[in-house]
Amino acid sequence: MTDQAIALDAPAVRRQRPWVILLRATWGQTRTKVGVVIVLALVAVAGVGPFFAPYAPDAPVQRAHGEYALPFEPPSSAALLGTDNIGRDVLSRFLWGGRSVLALAALSTLLGAVLGIAVGLLAAYSRGLLDEVVMRTMDVVLAFPQLVFALVLVATVGPSLALMVFAVGITTMPRVARVTRGAALEVVERDYVRAAEGIGVPRRRILFGEILPNITSPLVVEVTLRLTFNIAVIAALSFLGFGLQPPAADWGLMVNENRQGLLVGQPWGVVMPVLAIGLLTIGTSLIGDGFSRAAIGIEGGRGRT
Amino acid sequence: MTVALEVENLHVVLADTDVDIVDEVSFSLTPGQILGLVGESGSGKTTVGLAILGHCRRGVRFAGGAVRIAGEDVLAKSDVELRSMRGRVVSYVPQDPASALNPAVRIETQLSETLAAHEDANGDARGRLHEMLAEVLLPQDREFLRRYPHQLSGGQQQRVALAMAFANRPRVIVLDEPTTGLDVTTQAHVLATVRDLCEAHGVAAVYVSHDLAVVANLASRVAVMYAGRVVETGPTQTLFLRAAHPYTRRLIEAIPELSGAHALIGIPGTAPRPGHRPPGCSFAPRCAFMQPTCQLAFPPRETVVVGHEVRCYRHDVVLQESLAARPVATPPPHVRAEEGLVAVRRIQASHGAHQVLFDVELLVRPHECVALVGESGSGKTTLARCIAGLHASYEGEIAFRGAPLAAGSRARTRETRRYIQYVFQSPYSSLNPRKTIEQIIGQPLRLFFDVGGSEARRRMVETLETVQLGASVLDRYPHHLSGGERQRVAIARALVAEPQLLICDEVTSALDVSVQAAIVDLLAELQRELGLGLLFVTHNLALIRTLAQEVAVMSDGRIVERGLVERVLDSPSAEYTRKLLSDTPSLEAAMAAAG
Amino acid sequence: MRGIRGFVIRRVLFGLVTLFVASIIIFAATQALPGDAARSILGRNATPDSLAALRDQLGLNKPVLQQYWEWLRGVLTGDFGNSLAEQRPVTDVIGERIVYSAFLMFLAAIISFPLAVALGVASARRRDGPFDHVTSVVSLALAALPEFIVGIALVVLFATSVFHVLPGVTIIDPGTPPWSHPKELILPTITLVIAVTPYTARIMRASMVEILESDYVEMARLKGLSEQLVMWRHAVPNGIAPTFQVIAINLAYLAGGIVVVETVFNYPGIGAGFVDAVHARDMPVVQALALLIAALYVVLNMLADIATILVSPRLRTSLK
Repeated sequence: MTDQAIALDAPAVRRQRPWVILLRATWGQTRTKVGVVIVLALVAVAGVGPFFAPYAPDAPVQRAHGEYALPFEPPSSAALLGTDNIGRDVLSRFLWGGRSVLALAALSTLLGAVLGIAVGLLAAYSRGLLDEVVMRTMDVVLAFPQLVFALVLVATVGPSLALMVFAVGITTMPRVARVTRGAALEVVERDYVRAAEGIGVPRRRILFGEILPNITSPLVVEVTLRLTFNIAVIAALSFLGFGLQPPAADWGLMVNENRQGLLVGQPWGVVMPVLAIGLLTIGTSLIGDGFSRAAIGIEGGRGRT
Repeated sequence: MTVALEVENLHVVLADTDVDIVDEVSFSLTPGQILGLVGESGSGKTTVGLAILGHCRRGVRFAGGAVRIAGEDVLAKSDVELRSMRGRVVSYVPQDPASALNPAVRIETQLSETLAAHEDANGDARGRLHEMLAEVLLPQDREFLRRYPHQLSGGQQQRVALAMAFANRPRVIVLDEPTTGLDVTTQAHVLATVRDLCEAHGVAAVYVSHDLAVVANLASRVAVMYAGRVVETGPTQTLFLRAAHPYTRRLIEAIPELSGAHALIGIPGTAPRPGHRPPGCSFAPRCAFMQPTCQLAFPPRETVVVGHEVRCYRHDVVLQESLAARPVATPPPHVRAEEGLVAVRRIQASHGAHQVLFDVELLVRPHECVALVGESGSGKTTLARCIAGLHASYEGEIAFRGAPLAAGSRARTRETRRYIQYVFQSPYSSLNPRKTIEQIIGQPLRLFFDVGGSEARRRMVETLETVQLGASVLDRYPHHLSGGERQRVAIARALVAEPQLLICDEVTSALDVSVQAAIVDLLAELQRELGLGLLFVTHNLALIRTLAQEVAVMSDGRIVERGLVERVLDSPSAEYTRKLLSDTPSLEAAMAAAG
Repeated sequence: MRGIRGFVIRRVLFGLVTLFVASIIIFAATQALPGDAARSILGRNATPDSLAALRDQLGLNKPVLQQYWEWLRGVLTGDFGNSLAEQRPVTDVIGERIVYSAFLMFLAAIISFPLAVALGVASARRRDGPFDHVTSVVSLALAALPEFIVGIALVVLFATSVFHVLPGVTIIDPGTPPWSHPKELILPTITLVIAVTPYTARIMRASMVEILESDYVEMARLKGLSEQLVMWRHAVPNGIAPTFQVIAINLAYLAGGIVVVETVFNYPGIGAGFVDAVHARDMPVVQALALLIAALYVVLNMLADIATILVSPRLRTSLK
C-alpha cells in the first residue's frame, strides 16, 4: 500500500487549479458580488447608455412648441432630470458621460500595471545594483502625489487625453512595481526557484513561469486598488477642468459645471455624476477587497495540531 | 499517591464545523512525573498541551471533558480564575522561544512580570529573579537582564522560557517540543535542566514531542497519540520494549538508531487529517494487523497490565510478536571505483562578508554514498550548494570527473548541470505550487533532453514508479500531495535528468519520523539499483548507517573528521564527533540504561 | 558609516537626492519640454513681439542647463521668481496661502490620526465581530471615494440641497487668519478627515491584528498576565512602529488631498493656488508649489522610516 492510495481521498474542492480556487473564494463573498453588480451596472450605463439617451450630449432641450429650455430647470417631461448649466438634458449627458472616465482609467491602469509588473519583477530578480537603481528611480516618481504630477504636465502641455493616460499611468507604475517587487522577493528565495536556476532554466522563463504565477494574488489586489485610485484621479482631473473640455459630456466635468444648480434647487446635474463616480469607486474597491480576503483565507490554512 | 494532573475524556473541536481535533483523551500524572505526549503531525498533541492551560487557538473550542490540576477543573474556570492559575499553578514552555518572547520588551521585564502577576507574600522580587536565572544556568548580571530577546542565542532564549515557567513553582508544566531548532548539545543541556527542575520542585510535566528518542531519555511515562486519540499509555520501558499497539511498534521501528542494528522501516500512507478520520480505528488503513472488525468502531481502552493501557482490538496478537523479530539492517555495499566523481579542494566560501567554509576538502566516488554530517551553522548546506552550483561565492576548486567546474550553475555546461542533481530540504517549498507534477518533472526533461509529449510522459511514469508513485500523480498540484509524496516527486525530478551524483540536503528533516524512514529506504534502494553517487547531508547521525559508506563530520565550517561510517561511529577520533555521539538522544541507550 | 547616526545620515542624504531629481523632473516638465512654452502660455493669437518678450522674461533662450541652474540657485536662496499672473514674487503668493493650508492640514491631522488609531485598534480587538464588520465595510467604501466626491456630497447635504447649515464656498478676506473663520473650515476639514481616516484605520487594524495574533501575545496570556498588561506592555509597544508609518501616510495623503479639497470649497490655500496657477499657466508658481509638495512628501516618508528604526529595538541593535 503506497502513500498515494491514502491521499487520493482528498476532498473534491482542493483538486482544483490554484486560480480557480482563488476566483471561487473571491466570488463566494457577499462584498464581491455587490461590487461586481455595481460595477457592471455602471459599465453598462456608460457603455450602452448613449444608445438610450433622448438627446445628443451637446443638444439643447427643446419643448413641444420649439422654445429652448432655461438653464437649471427642474425635471419635466422634456428633460427627465432637468437641464444643466446651459440648458442641455442632464439625463442624456449623464448617459454619455461615463465612457471617458472608464476608458481613461482602464487604459492608464493597464499601462501602469504592465510597466510596474515588469519593473518590479526585474528589480526583485536582479537584486544588487540594478535593483537599487530601478527602485530609487521609482521612489523619485513616488515623491509626487498622482494628481500633482499630472497637473504639472498639464500646465505645460495643456489638457490632453493622451497626457492624462500617460501621467496617471506613469505614476501608477512605481506603486505597482513596489508591490510586485515585495511579493516577488519572497518567492525568489523559495527553493523551487533555486531548483529551476540549478537546472539552468533561462532567466525570462523563471520570471514569467516560476515567479509571476505565484504572485498573482497580491498583484490582482494591487491592480484593482490602483484602478480605484485612478478612477478618482481621472475624475478629479476632469472636475478641475483639465480633462475633457466643454462641450464634451463627462461625469467629472458635469460635477463642476452644474454646481450653481445646487443653489437654485436643481441638484441632479451634480448628484447623478457624483453618485455614479462614487458608486463606481466603491464597487471596484469591494471587488479588490474580496480578492484580498480570499487570498488571505487561502494562505492562512496552515496550523499545528 | 496524589494526582497532580488528570485529563479526562478531553474533546476539542473546530468551532464552526464541529469537526473533531482530539477526542476521548485521558491520562494522569503524579507530582514530579514526566509524561511524554508523543505523536506525528496532525495527531493533536499540541492541542492537548494547550488545553491543559485551558487555552485553545482561534477557531477551536472545547466540546467536553475535564482537565483537573490539583483537583480543580481548568476547563470550567472563568477567565479571571484561569489567569490566576496560568503561570502559577500550570505553566507553558513554547516550541519557538524566539517568537514567544516579545521582541520589544527586555528580558528582565518579561521574567519579573511572571513573578509580579502572581504576587504572594514573599517580597524580594530581585532575589527571586536571580534565583530564577541561576536555576537555569543563565548569567544574572545587569547587562544580561537588560538585553532584548534577539540578543540571546536560541538556547538562552529557551532557558529564559524555562525560568519563566518554573518561577512560581507550578504543579504542572507543559513543554511543547521545546528543543526543536536547538542543536544537539544545547538540547541535551535543556533536557537535563528540565529533568533536574522537575525533580527538585516536584513538578509534573507533560512533554509534547514527535521525537521518541528524546522522550525515552526524559519521561517515565509515555502516551502515544494518533489522529486525535490516545492509542496507548504506559511506562516508558514497557512501551518501548513491549508495545501493544501496532502504531507504536511501527513508530519505534521507524526511529533511526546509532548502532544501525535494525533496518529502518517506514509506515506507508499518511495520518488522516481532522475531518477525514475513518470510522472505526483510524490507524486501520495502514495497519498490518487489520481485520474487518477494526473498521466498525474505535477500539475501547483495555488494560494490558496495570499502568499500561492500549486501544486496539488485536493487541494480544501484537504483543506476541517480539520486537527482537525486527529485520536486521543490511549495510550498504562496499564499492570502490578508481576515479573520483566529485572532488572538492580547498574551498573557502562565504555568505556576503561572512566566511562560512574554511579549507574544505571532500571526495565522492562514483556509486558511493558519502554522508555529510553537522549541526545547523556547520556549513554543510553551503558546501552541498557550492557543489550543486547553487552557491557561487567561493574560492577553490570543485572538479567533476577530473574537470573543474565553474562556480554557479549558470556558468556551467548543460551536461554538468545534468549530472549533478540536488534535492532540497523542504518538500513544501521545493515544488512550484502553481504547476502540476507533470509540468514540474517535465521541466528537466525538456531542458536536458529536448524531449516532450508522449516520450516525456513515458519517462516520467517510469521514474515515478522508481520512487513508488503512480502515474495519476502527474495531473495533481503539489498541495494535493502529502509531505512524503512531495519529497518523492522532488527526488523523481532529480532522477529524470539521469544524474551521476545526487545531493540530498536534509531531505527528511521536514518529514514525520515514519515518513522519513521510507524516504531513506528509497534512497538506499535507488543507490544500489541505479549505482548513483550520493551526497547525503544531515544533522542526524543515526540516519547514515544504512545509507552511507563514508562520512565527513563538519563543525563551524571545517571538516573535523572523515572516514568509513563504521569506524567513525564506533570509534570516533575527533573530540567534536565524540561529543555529538554522546549528546544525541538514543532510544537504545535509554532502553539499555533502564535494563 | 555605521550605526544609527550613519543610517540617519544616509537616509537624509537619500531624501535630498530624491528631491534633487524630483526638481529636475519638475523643471524638465515645465520648461524643457519640446514645444514652445511661451506660445502655449500666450495662446495662438500672440504677437511675435510678445512671444519674444515672454521668452526673454522666462529665460527660455538660454541653454537648458543654465536655466535649470539659475532656477535651482534661486530655489535654494528662497527666490522662486515672479508670478506671471500676478506680477509679484512667488514667495509672496505662496506665503499668504501657506498658512491656510497648514492650518487646515493641522486640523484634519489632529482629528484623523487619533481617530484612525482608535478605530484600528478597536476593530482589531473585536475582530470578526459586528463592530469590526460594519467598520470594515464603511471604511472600505469611504476610502474608495475620490475626495472631491466626498466634498461635493457634503456640500449637497449640508450647504445646499438638504440642509443649509454651512457655507459651501468659503469667502475669506485675504490677510485674516484662518482660525477666525471657523464655519468655513468645518466642511473642508471633515472632507479631509473622511478622505484620510478610513485608509489609515485599515492599516492600523491590520498591524494590530498581526500583533494580537502573535506568538508572544499568546505567551503573555499563557503566563497569566492581566488583559491590561497584555495590551499595554506587550501589544502596544510593537504597534508604535506601524503607527509612525500611519502618521506619515496620513499626512502625505493630506498633502495630496488639499489640492482638490481647497478647490471644491474655494479655500485660499496652496492647493487651490496650485490649480489656479495651472489654469493660468503661471509656471513659476507651478514649479514652486510642485516642489513644495514633493518636498513635503519626501520629508514625511523620511521621518517615518527613521522613526520606525528608532522605535524597534531589534532594528536598532542590528545597526550598532
